[in-house]
Amino acid sequence: MHKPFLPLNASFGVVFMIAAFMTAPTLSYGDELNIYSARQESLIKPLLDRFTALTGTKVNLVTGKGDALLTRLKSEGLNSPADVLLTSDAGRLYRAQQAGVLQAFSSQELNAAIPAHLRSSEGQWYGLSVRARVIVYAQERVEPAELSTYEALSDPSWKGRVCIRSSNNIYNQSLVASMIASQGLEKTEVWLKDFVTNFSRPPAGGDRDQIKAVAAGQCDVAIVNSYYLGGMITSEDNRQQEAASKVSLFWPNQKGRGTHINISGAGITQSAKHLVSAKRLLAFLATDESQQWYGEKNNEFPVRAAVDISETLKAWGPFIADQLNVSELGRYNAEAIMAMDRAGWK
Amino acid sequence: MEINSAISGSKAASPYSGRSWRLGLLIVTMIIAIPVLVIVASLSQPFSSAWQHLFDTVLSDYISNSLLLMAGVGFGTLLLGVSAAWLTAMCDFPGRKILSWAFLLPMAMPAYIIAYTYTGILDFAGPIQSILRGIFGWSYGDYYFPQIRSLGGAICMLSLVLYPYVYMLVRIAFLEQSTAVLEASRNLGKKPWETLFLVALPISRPAIVAGVSLALMETLADYGTVAYFGVSAFTTGIFRTWYGLGELTTAAQLCAFLLLFVFALIMAERWSRQRLRFHHNSANKKLVRMQLKGWHAYIALLIGCLIVGVGFVIPATQLLIWASSRWQENLNGAFLSLLFNSFSLAAIAAICCVIVATFLAYTKRVFNSRLELGAVGVASLGYAVPGTVIAVGVLIPVAWLDNKIDFFSRAWFDIPTGLLLSGTIGILVFAYVVRFLSVSLNTVESGLSAIKPSIDESARSLGARPAQVLKRVHLPILRSSLLTATLLVFVDVLKELPTTLILRPFNFNTLAVRTYELASDERLVDAALPALAIVVIGLLPVLLITKSILNERARHE
Repeated sequence: MHKPFLPLNASFGVVFMIAAFMTAPTLSYGDELNIYSARQESLIKPLLDRFTALTGTKVNLVTGKGDALLTRLKSEGLNSPADVLLTSDAGRLYRAQQAGVLQAFSSQELNAAIPAHLRSSEGQWYGLSVRARVIVYAQERVEPAELSTYEALSDPSWKGRVCIRSSNNIYNQSLVASMIASQGLEKTEVWLKDFVTNFSRPPAGGDRDQIKAVAAGQCDVAIVNSYYLGGMITSEDNRQQEAASKVSLFWPNQKGRGTHINISGAGITQSAKHLVSAKRLLAFLATDESQQWYGEKNNEFPVRAAVDISETLKAWGPFIADQLNVSELGRYNAEAIMAMDRAGWK
Repeated sequence: MEINSAISGSKAASPYSGRSWRLGLLIVTMIIAIPVLVIVASLSQPFSSAWQHLFDTVLSDYISNSLLLMAGVGFGTLLLGVSAAWLTAMCDFPGRKILSWAFLLPMAMPAYIIAYTYTGILDFAGPIQSILRGIFGWSYGDYYFPQIRSLGGAICMLSLVLYPYVYMLVRIAFLEQSTAVLEASRNLGKKPWETLFLVALPISRPAIVAGVSLALMETLADYGTVAYFGVSAFTTGIFRTWYGLGELTTAAQLCAFLLLFVFALIMAERWSRQRLRFHHNSANKKLVRMQLKGWHAYIALLIGCLIVGVGFVIPATQLLIWASSRWQENLNGAFLSLLFNSFSLAAIAAICCVIVATFLAYTKRVFNSRLELGAVGVASLGYAVPGTVIAVGVLIPVAWLDNKIDFFSRAWFDIPTGLLLSGTIGILVFAYVVRFLSVSLNTVESGLSAIKPSIDESARSLGARPAQVLKRVHLPILRSSLLTATLLVFVDVLKELPTTLILRPFNFNTLAVRTYELASDERLVDAALPALAIVVIGLLPVLLITKSILNERARHE
């Protein structure tokens, strides 16, 4: 036969290299735990390291977008190496539950620590930290007395004064979903149509950008997650601190259903091979120590009531949170998006 | 010397049947096309009610914005890329040599990073506008300032980082053009501009089209920039449908329509290129560059500095400022492993891509039939698909295969194999090949198309088999194209984010992943160090290969 030519040789070499790479073991034996996390690495790894130090269980981590990880979990099926799925919102946990990739387990410890509206009623997932969506206003131009509810921001008096990010953002979707859950689609649609006309600019950027825009005078109020404001207050960047110092936080809907909240949470997968360690991890993430960490590191609120919170969070005062079961946010997510599309919220 | 305008057919093919080559091509293209076919297969699923909603509300926005984006980026990359190539290949002025590689620098800058940095600089709350307000006592609404987060802004950002594709390919084409043609044009009294538009550009058409189509496919697949700027383009629509509505099938169907559109474009372009080919003889005389004097030289230098400054120096300086404020915290052992992972992954993927691309491009050249043309066309579609969608297209069939193997292994040998491929580096490299094959293929093909078929014919008539012709004739001539192709894929993989994010093994991070995670948490300052590392590592091969291309040129001259 004719002589093999160069690229063929080279391609064998590459195939060999890849094969060598591939054998790098991700096989799981001994005391290990495999996690798919939609919560990004810097916001979970320190806790996992602490878990490893306490239990000797080695933790393996893949982070990514919630839905993408869910698709990976689904297509890998029962052979999936993942033991635990961590997400940064309730909607994805609801979706994972619907897709049948989570297993139910009941733990008295978790049930006692975590309020019922922050976990699935079947025990398939548990909320681990609370994030509140609040109103931030410019101290110079807005009196707190002018503010009351999310709903009131659709009033014509707010025309051209509201900043909020795109409706692509899950926390905006959850906010609207919570409105649909509490007052129905029709009323929410009417509100959306008026609310959208009050935007001071087409939605763009993240929550911190909205806060900066309020500070710089582009708008007077913004709806953001509280931990972004917390992050700016404690930031080492002077410009962020300065922007944060020009705005104040307002807890909306305190006289009604309470401020809208979402959770980050976790569930154990159907495919879990390390069930004991997985349960231990969830229990660990709900301990006082871990709960306190969420507050200190990311300015989130603990799911446990009795846990001490950071000075930044204390300064905002106590608030009443919406008692809606957070799985409703997942249930109404698609409806919320369609309503936002119809209202022209980009 | 002459320009050959050859009507193609299967004229390069000799009685040698080459069945194994053609079979090889079909198998390789089939495997690479699987992820794309998985997406297209979604069209066979029932269309859900979400479609009605999309039609009624946002679909027209998605389409019109994507078309505007493509038109804008097409124009922008063409303008910047061709100007840069013309200045450095055809003219001579002080600073030309430095500019000839500096023009490549923006390529190392991921589009979402440049978007973040310019937003930081130009946004309402950013330093420039704040300073203006401070000086003139303006407040919001008192003055006009272009909104960076807009369709126009997205077009600028994407054009700035994508024009090097055009520049690189067109520059090679200009340099490899037979100088006699250009001289003839000049001797016939044509002005430089006329030479550019009447001679140089038409001859360089394959390179221009290859470059612009790469830029456009990358534009279509871009998610990071348009999402950050709040532009409702087709990709944002795909993800909104998937993540928001939870309709993966509808999202895949949207993507399939996008692919059909791209496929039609690719085929139309290839068909038109088939009918008109320009070849050159590589035994060139010394290229005489136009000497720019006086203010002409200054303007050329100014244009060059402006492009490089805006596309690279300004954003890189901003990154450097951010990174230097926090480097002690971020520079540690974990960071070194990020460097290693990113570098080796990009190198392996680049080599794989170029090998596959050379094989496909050459086989297609030798056995130039519709079948090969179509197969290669399908295999190169991956570039226009958003990375996350490619990842799903890879994930589903591979996991299926893994589970089947496991099932049979358990049934027959009672040995569970688990998932053999899913969650390995191998699947990641495969996904990169699927996604970036087009980059290497376009470059290699554009290089091959410049070699006269008569060279193949002479070699073949002397009894050489296709493999020998490739090895002894084409590969040496193609050297700079192959290097360019390797570089392009290397840099692309280095910057690649969404595919890596989903398919990677446990505990495996790359620079792009780290940058994204920090930036998405709105911690731009911390994100700057890994971002800067991507830029710097991306520069290494740029410099290496530019040097080698320059040396090659020096030998010619």
